[in-house]
Amino acid sequence: MKKSHIFVVIIIAVAIGIILSTAGDASTYVSFDEAYQLASNGSSKDIHVVGSLKKNEAGEVVGLTPGADKVSFEFLLLDEKGREQNVFYNEPMPPDFLRSEKVVVIGKYKGDRFIASKILLKCPSKYQDETIKTDA
Amino acid sequence: MHYFIGNLGHLFVIGSFVTALLAAFSYWKADQAGSLAHDWRWNARVSFMAHLLSVIGVVITLYTIISNHYFEYHYAYAHSSLRLPSQYMISCFWEGQEGSFLLWMFWQALIGVVLIRTQQKWEAPVMVVFALVQAFLASMILGVVIPGIDLKLGSSPFILLRDALDDPIFKVQPDFIPKDGNGLNPLLQNYWMVIHPPTLFLGFALTLVPFAFCIAGLWKKQYSEWVKPALPWSILGGAVLGLGILMGGYWAYETLNFGGYWNWDPVENAVYVPWLIMIASMHTMITYKNSKTALKASIILVIAVFILILYSTFLTRSGILGDASVHSFTDLGLSGQLLVYFFFFTVAAIVLAAVRWKNIPSTEQEVTTYSREFWIFAGATTLCLMGFQVLVPTSIPVFNKVVEFFGGTSNVAPPANQVEFYSKFQLWFAVAVAIISGTGQFFWWRKMDRTQVKKEILPIAILSLLIFALFIAFANVTNPTYMLLTLAGIYIVISNAKVISLVWKKNPGLSGGALAHIGMGLMLIGVMFSAGYSKVVSLNNNGLLISKELGTEFNRDNLLLFVNEPRQMADYEISYLGERLELRNKSGYARKYDVAPTNDPFKVVAKKDIVFQGKTLYQARDTFEIYPENTYYEIELSKDNRVAATLFPRVQINPGMGGFIASPDIKKDLTRDLYTHVSLPMNPEAEAEWSETEEVKVKVGQQFFVNDYVAVLEEVKRIDHIPGLRLEAEDAAVQARIRVTGERDSYYAEPIFVIKGRAQVGRLPEEIQDLGIKITLLNIHPDTQEFTFGLNGRQKDWVVIKAMEKPMINVLWLGTGLLMLGFMVAMVRRFREYQKLA
Repeated sequence: MKKSHIFVVIIIAVAIGIILSTAGDASTYVSFDEAYQLASNGSSKDIHVVGSLKKNEAGEVVGLTPGADKVSFEFLLLDEKGREQNVFYNEPMPPDFLRSEKVVVIGKYKGDRFIASKILLKCPSKYQDETIKTDA
Repeated sequence: MHYFIGNLGHLFVIGSFVTALLAAFSYWKADQAGSLAHDWRWNARVSFMAHLLSVIGVVITLYTIISNHYFEYHYAYAHSSLRLPSQYMISCFWEGQEGSFLLWMFWQALIGVVLIRTQQKWEAPVMVVFALVQAFLASMILGVVIPGIDLKLGSSPFILLRDALDDPIFKVQPDFIPKDGNGLNPLLQNYWMVIHPPTLFLGFALTLVPFAFCIAGLWKKQYSEWVKPALPWSILGGAVLGLGILMGGYWAYETLNFGGYWNWDPVENAVYVPWLIMIASMHTMITYKNSKTALKASIILVIAVFILILYSTFLTRSGILGDASVHSFTDLGLSGQLLVYFFFFTVAAIVLAAVRWKNIPSTEQEVTTYSREFWIFAGATTLCLMGFQVLVPTSIPVFNKVVEFFGGTSNVAPPANQVEFYSKFQLWFAVAVAIISGTGQFFWWRKMDRTQVKKEILPIAILSLLIFALFIAFANVTNPTYMLLTLAGIYIVISNAKVISLVWKKNPGLSGGALAHIGMGLMLIGVMFSAGYSKVVSLNNNGLLISKELGTEFNRDNLLLFVNEPRQMADYEISYLGERLELRNKSGYARKYDVAPTNDPFKVVAKKDIVFQGKTLYQARDTFEIYPENTYYEIELSKDNRVAATLFPRVQINPGMGGFIASPDIKKDLTRDLYTHVSLPMNPEAEAEWSETEEVKVKVGQQFFVNDYVAVLEEVKRIDHIPGLRLEAEDAAVQARIRVTGERDSYYAEPIFVIKGRAQVGRLPEEIQDLGIKITLLNIHPDTQEFTFGLNGRQKDWVVIKAMEKPMINVLWLGTGLLMLGFMVAMVRRFREYQKLA
């Protein structure tokens, strides 16, 4: 076997290793039920859940619990299947949080509570508005 | 309505597209037609010059529209405004997708002209590729609907607002022109954003040069001759693209609250990968030039770089990244066209390379481990794998789309913690690259055998270990992975320093490579410390548990600060002094409570003299301009009762970027940066909750307490006019003057008591915002010469901040500088070599 062949074999092995490790570390978009299943089966991987905040008839967000000193908070999130879940976030509430249309929480279950390590918000954006300020 | 300028611009766009096609065709004919070659070549040159002029024409007309605020055009309306400072006017160009295509075209057209002037032999085939790429780019901003099949080609920057937006006002009033534009995203109103995009796109444009030479070489069966003219351009491209990426990183560090300069965001990855491959290709090309090996590898890599640039263009501009990235462009519906662009060049290049593959010369002789070729090749391979590792997860959204396209469902998401995921792998690749390139230096000058290598390596290895030991002893690095990274960084610095010491006497112009490698070693060390040992210093130490259930496992990284109530943080006593506004026409800040708003959000009136750092900037009742979207939070750090730094982290209300953007302020020391940003500001719209009114009855000169602050009633006097209220002859008004001693300053409250028409009583309370108190003059008792005051308190103003320490970040910036210097030296050398030959 020539040296260059060994070289090629090593490269292919590393490339396959990279693809496998990516597949292993990749997260998934799931519902709260599936996330709960995963956690009870012993998985400690962070997953993505897409949902929206729980609101009452008047359109106000409900189920918000501020933490001590404003440095953490808890909220209720409805996933796309409509399941309600209490989510804890160990960071101050993002100021646009209440205006968001869609919330993606990245994290995992701990007991019955979902601990988010990161929150992504989708907010209505001024720069993509389809209407014009005529008074300006 | 200014129709002419837009039509002219659109004409230039169409002109640039047609002339690019014409140039491509003429150059192709010039290459083919034997006797008419000369005429076709002239034809082609004229076409390409016309193309350059058209592109410049597009730039000038678009700039005219933006700078003259012709808001009837969508581009001006969407990206600029009357208030936009003129130095940022140019940034409007690249805020939109169309403008950034334009910028890219502009650079490539300029480079094309340079190539026409300098590359006699390669002109025709290289320029065919160039002109074709230009035609594709021009098609992106064409904005033409092909009749019959109703296919829209490109998105024109000269589209009128009424054609871009479906707003009811245009039905009523077709000639409606908005008075002001939406404005440039305030985040982009930053000097780095003026120079970062042009640098990055120049880097993009430069990747086309080696690609065009390579394709020309394959096409004309000049399999190896293309390397020499292409090499200096590759080095220039590597330098400029690298600089562009680093500028973006520095902007993120200064402006965003990621907490760092690199976030492994898909958009960042999309340019990082081609850059790595470009560096690899540059090395294999050098190997080929010196020893006729690695030609096939060079061809593959040069083609790969350009394909990756096209791929990254597709990723960032097609909207496919969606929520995965914070700064991809908005979708213009060009994904189909972008895919055609990507596949056209990918398929053409791969097919051409495959057809010619058998004829490309290659050396059959085995490469020995004791040759520089071996080490360079190993390094280039590692760089490619390093890029591959980033490319695979970045492509996950594409993978999902492909699965969906074939009817399946895929719910794969990018790794949850991007920074941790990528760093974990990239770190080891970086160690490998450092060891390989450090060792490779020993073979730079001559072939060596085992004993010689030992003799050479041993002193370097020992010296590296010694310095490493000192480092560890002083810097307290304990993590084994980080130790290895540090050692690898030191090794590459020392081994290359030795190379420099050898070549410097002979010819400093040869030291480019070694300089760049030293820069890279320093960057590794700087990254290791500033990222690996970045530590949160705003730990919340008030002893409260967040929640009993969760216990103490969470680090409480954020700190709640009340105004003027100092807390201990790291080595500093930290105090929050209140909200500040940035002055537009003078440098400095005004206290928010010292000014009153006007009807114009950009203008405020001073309630008292505006003093900043001992200088009076404005007199009371002056009207002056501010930046209304920004609020600054004055934070004072002191040590041993001396002020060590005053920081002004910023919060920007910015709907374009998700509403709220916190930007840090950084205290820069030689050995570390202290990086502070606001993580939660007080809601300005929230109503204050006042405590129940407490009443006190005092005489002039008497002391009393308001919310634990000492207060004195200094005087009560009759006044004749009150701003905003008409006083008649029979009305009476008195004003009390109360001095309250706060933590840092004394404040005056001047509540007013009015009797109108002998019966109606009015009370105008006064608030001292910094102390969170409100005083009302409730009643006057002429018989006892006493006054009754109503006192209310509220929660004081507060802010939640996060502070991090980034040790040794200056080593990273120093390394960056050396890397760039090395690139420049190497490039000058290669251009000279080529000129000598030509």
